[in-house]
Amino acid sequence: MEFFPKIETRNLNLYYGSFSALKNINIKIPPKEITAIIGPSGCGKSTLLRCFNRMNDLIENVKITGEVIIDNKNIFDKNVNLLNLRRNVGMVFQRPNVFDASVYYNLTFGIKIHRLMRNKNKINDAIQMSLEGVGLWNDLKDKLKKNARYLPLEQQQRLCIARVIILNPKIILLDEPCSTLDPIATLKIEELLKKLKEDYTIIIVTHNMQQAARISGWSGFMLLGELIEFNRTKIIFTNPTDSRTEDYITGRFG
Amino acid sequence: MIGRYFDEELKLLNKKLTDVADLVKDMISKSIRALKERQEDLIEDVFKKEETVNMSQIEIDDYALELIALKQPAAMDLRFIIATIKINSELERMADLAVNICERTKELLYEPPLKPIIDLPRMAEITQQMLEDTLKAFLEKNADLAKEVCKRDDLVDDLNDQIFRELITYMLQDNQNINRAIKLILVSRYLERIADHSTNIAEDVYYIIKGKDIRHHIEEKMMKK
Repeated sequence: MEFFPKIETRNLNLYYGSFSALKNINIKIPPKEITAIIGPSGCGKSTLLRCFNRMNDLIENVKITGEVIIDNKNIFDKNVNLLNLRRNVGMVFQRPNVFDASVYYNLTFGIKIHRLMRNKNKINDAIQMSLEGVGLWNDLKDKLKKNARYLPLEQQQRLCIARVIILNPKIILLDEPCSTLDPIATLKIEELLKKLKEDYTIIIVTHNMQQAARISGWSGFMLLGELIEFNRTKIIFTNPTDSRTEDYITGRFG
Repeated sequence: MIGRYFDEELKLLNKKLTDVADLVKDMISKSIRALKERQEDLIEDVFKKEETVNMSQIEIDDYALELIALKQPAAMDLRFIIATIKINSELERMADLAVNICERTKELLYEPPLKPIIDLPRMAEITQQMLEDTLKAFLEKNADLAKEVCKRDDLVDDLNDQIFRELITYMLQDNQNINRAIKLILVSRYLERIADHSTNIAEDVYYIIKGKDIRHHIEEKMMKK
């Protein structure tokens, strides 16, 4: 492959108790591209995504073998600082999970936790930049005190993305970020992601194959815990190598 | 305000197609000039351009396929992409015919001219204008112009018949003329085919704009039924 991977997994296996959820995954995620992970429900795509910032640590009875390399470092090493890892690898979830508090609080929460800056002007600049980054500044600049829960869903999801990028991560993980949005709001978020990929490495898990086709440069197809095929999205959607990928893409199962 | 999400890609596809069309236009014009002015260097240029057209044909089809697979085009966008694929193969056929004209011309250059070439350039001019106007209709989304181009095909057919009759008389006069006359008849036939391809493109253009099929006078036939 013609890039130096931003994330690389080596023989990654994950078990929930005795259930093998990820089977020997070897994937190389290209930098500053959108990579989509597709596959039927339960294929392990969210589990894989959650490996990249060790969200699976929060789940009981999980056993992981193998490595996930980010910037030449195995993130499962004992000396890895989890807080820093998750700042570097931000995550956005299916439902916009804004805090029941002001827009300002939502955006500055991470800054406080990570003790990134104290200077008020700098904080305000960071807020403006992150809101501009997600196309919300004009809508919200006078409403920073407003409770984020009262924003339209699409704006809430944008705010969640802003909350991630204000911490200046390198990688953004998105788990079905548009599944609660209507088609127009979905297109808007997709446009935003296409813009963000200039600065960030983005990995998106989606049920929506068409969404993967529209926005991603690379796609991985997973089935029953295995990574069946990983290639340029154009190839996956016009001439996939594996017949199982073809069957899924053409709606023959899944 | 968001831009429609794959405008840029559609514009690029459009540009690739019009670039090929410009090449083909140039090939037709040069092939007839080569015949009329007996210029061999023009022939080589046409041969070279055909290779470019062939490469572009593959590139355009590939890109159109990619857009259909990845962008889920609908309505006008879908009609545009499908028509592009069809126009693309019409253009490639036209380029082939320009090459055919050059091949016959090359053969004709070994012999003295049979007669001054007058009607063929006229026919070529109408044919080129048809292609040019078809492209204009395509770029400006002008359905009326597209429909009008289709009608001009009859003019070219008439000229083709006329040239055929004239050359038959040459052949009857002297059997030494047969070889050259047949080649000129073929050139006339190639031009007539080129005009047919322009007509096909014009019909596709009309379809992109109006979403209505005017091929084979299908509407009139439906009305009669």
